[in-house]
Amino acid sequence: MSAPRIINENFQRLLWPLVALGLILLFNFLFTPGFINLEIKDGHLFGSMIDILNRGAPVMLLSIGMTLVFATGGIDLSVGAVIAISGALAATIIRPDYVKGVLEYGELRPLLVVVSIPLIVSIIAGLWNGMLVAYVGIQPIIATLILMVAGRGIAQLITKGQIVVFIHEPFQFIGSGFLFGLPFPISIVLFMCAIAYFLTRKTALGMFIEAVGANPVASRFMGVRERWIKISVYMFCGLCSGIAGLIICADIKAADANNAGFLLELDAIASVIIGGTMWGGRYTILGSIIGTLIIQSLTTTILTRGIAPEITLVFKAVVIICVALVQSENFRQIFSSRLAKLKAR
Amino acid sequence: MGGSEIIVQIKGLSKRFPGVMALSNVDLELKRGEIHGLMGENGAGKSTLIKVLTGLYSRDAGEIFLENEPFELHSPEEAPTFGISTVYQEINLIPALSVAENIYIGREPTRFGRIDWKSITARAKKAIKKLDLDIDVTLPVSSFSVAIQQLVAITRALDISGKVLVLDEPTSSLDTAEVEQLFSVMRKLKDDGIAILFITHFIDQAYEITDRITVLRNGELVGQFETEKLPRIELIAKMLGRDVTESQGESGTASGTETIKEKEVFYQIRGMERQGSISAFDLDICTGEVLGLAGLLGSGRTEIARLLFGIDRPQKGETRLEGSAVSISSPRKAIGHYFGFCPEDRKTEGIISDLTVRENIILAIQARNGIFNIIPRKKQDEIVNKFIKALDIKTPGAEQIVNNLSGGNQQKVIIARWLASNPKFLILDEPTRGIDVGAKAEIQKLIKSLSREEGMAILFISSELEEVIRCSDRVAVLRDRNKLAELTGDQIEENAIMHIIASEDVQ
Repeated sequence: MSAPRIINENFQRLLWPLVALGLILLFNFLFTPGFINLEIKDGHLFGSMIDILNRGAPVMLLSIGMTLVFATGGIDLSVGAVIAISGALAATIIRPDYVKGVLEYGELRPLLVVVSIPLIVSIIAGLWNGMLVAYVGIQPIIATLILMVAGRGIAQLITKGQIVVFIHEPFQFIGSGFLFGLPFPISIVLFMCAIAYFLTRKTALGMFIEAVGANPVASRFMGVRERWIKISVYMFCGLCSGIAGLIICADIKAADANNAGFLLELDAIASVIIGGTMWGGRYTILGSIIGTLIIQSLTTTILTRGIAPEITLVFKAVVIICVALVQSENFRQIFSSRLAKLKAR
Repeated sequence: MGGSEIIVQIKGLSKRFPGVMALSNVDLELKRGEIHGLMGENGAGKSTLIKVLTGLYSRDAGEIFLENEPFELHSPEEAPTFGISTVYQEINLIPALSVAENIYIGREPTRFGRIDWKSITARAKKAIKKLDLDIDVTLPVSSFSVAIQQLVAITRALDISGKVLVLDEPTSSLDTAEVEQLFSVMRKLKDDGIAILFITHFIDQAYEITDRITVLRNGELVGQFETEKLPRIELIAKMLGRDVTESQGESGTASGTETIKEKEVFYQIRGMERQGSISAFDLDICTGEVLGLAGLLGSGRTEIARLLFGIDRPQKGETRLEGSAVSISSPRKAIGHYFGFCPEDRKTEGIISDLTVRENIILAIQARNGIFNIIPRKKQDEIVNKFIKALDIKTPGAEQIVNNLSGGNQQKVIIARWLASNPKFLILDEPTRGIDVGAKAEIQKLIKSLSREEGMAILFISSELEEVIRCSDRVAVLRDRNKLAELTGDQIEENAIMHIIASEDVQ
């Protein structure tokens, strides 16, 4: 008897993001020729919509982690820098001597090593953020700013300031392979969504995260391990960023410490906000994924319409403002009272 | 200027908030060169009165005269121009700025459009000197003690305008020496002809410094009294809204620790102390017994509760749980030993208002179970529905957001949370505050039955003396952060408690 209410509540939160996404897609169906086409070549799916999903995969991963961090009342500005670190590590593991000017590869590094070391380091980066927030008590925006700035420097130290290009077939699969006809990055996103869902909703973690975010004092008085919870979400966010870093690096077959993941933290934050997750409290990962899709489809739309890419940013801003306004209870109240006044006239 | 000249006169002041009459028909007169105490328990209307006087709230009825002229403020910014300034409990200075900057912030003297730092420093020095204070005004405020900061705030207030000074619980975070320093400044200001309205809940301080006292209770004026002519016991009775009968004066002052015989001691505390919050006290928490804490606001009731539950850590003290030594250093540990705590401030410490009734009830047990040992949803619903029924929580369903419930029902949700965790020892800090009469009676009944029938140890805190007396098997009496005595059985009686609170022998 009580279940429909919850579904209803979740649906309400997802309603406006879905409407926004629907509008953008509708626009494309009508005005972008070939937008709805899906082709199967060599058993792989191709098409504009698959492209949106594929390109959006790194930010989707970031927004999964960011959603949980947001729910605890935090923010992680360092995700872009962690992307750079993770990619730089992977590339240097593949070609350790490239930075010294040696072009030969040496032995082929096993995929497990290439993948696991960057991910472990990414989790440690998250641990660092979490410790600063939970134990040192620094405000999340400041605490993660430290790694946002320093992280890119660390990535550059790893690559000695160079762009490390490489060839490593098994690793490249992460960026450009296909699984069950879908680009592999999409599979990774689905997998991480499932992991996040099971970790938070099939255990008590999700409830603790929301409790800590909504009222840290009351949570502590109930014996919830506030610090532990915070640290774990930052670590998970670090892991998500690390995976995103591997995808980006594997896709372009190079590690660019300067530009990999540059400003992606802002896209991730925007996705979470558009998706309807409150700062501190209730969260919805699905909403954040929809948020990313809105941003990504908007970007793709602008590019395919032949509008100058610089304008993308303006469009993004407009969409964020619109969705944020619609989500804001204050705004809705003002808006509906104005509407009522107009009608009264 | 004559010492008895009336500077502020408040007549028939009323202020209504939705659902409550915060002030009704209150009078107050403040004379030049007097220190006037404003006293009363929670919800008495003290802060409302100040906020109306200083222009933060508008009044619904009544008149205020300043030097015989009727006056009305529309915003707090206007108050200083009329000579009224206020120093609040939480010092509103900017910690990183210097003393001088804090004194002149917002009204910096300028020269040719630029801030004249030289004159700021010079004038700040002079202003500080007036209070017999000798500090470097160029140092940041944060480098000084709370007491000095308080004095800086007073300096700022007086420098803006110097006729009426309102001090809102200025002593609550000061130690004895610091209070003395503040008082000597207050006396000096009084001699200079300034009228001081001093809000405090410390009885001793009121008797040390005030000339007259106005007592409020539940938004109504109890009376205005000459401090010298008002016996302590009368003052306390007036604040609590009780009557004093002289006969049973001293019967209750005897400490009753030896009377605990049959009851099994669950949690034993010896010499527990935390500086600035409560001085050393002993306490025995017994199974199947309600221990009440009686005392006025700020007497240390909540402080004891926080120490027992591990929220604050004591500097000294030994604790034994069921005979063996323990140290409960966090709420988590306390809960591990089957303690429960319903905090005084329901909104910020009790409920998680964005979550559902179910989640609010389940959280504490789930936290004890750990993250992975999740309670199956079916079991959760069972537990929650059981307590919704047992405590008669009025909610459309378990999935209702707690914020949508009334105060009394929110309180029941918190109680349900702890009852669901099978506590052995439950701390209830003002569980009936701000809830309607019906819910109040239910909670009182529940407290009794939990201790009698379930054998739970309960620590019951309430500012309503009558309620403490009705519910408790044993009462510890507190005053000014000291535990004074313990009463049992027939000793638990209004007059006895009030006499203990009024007694002067204990410092």
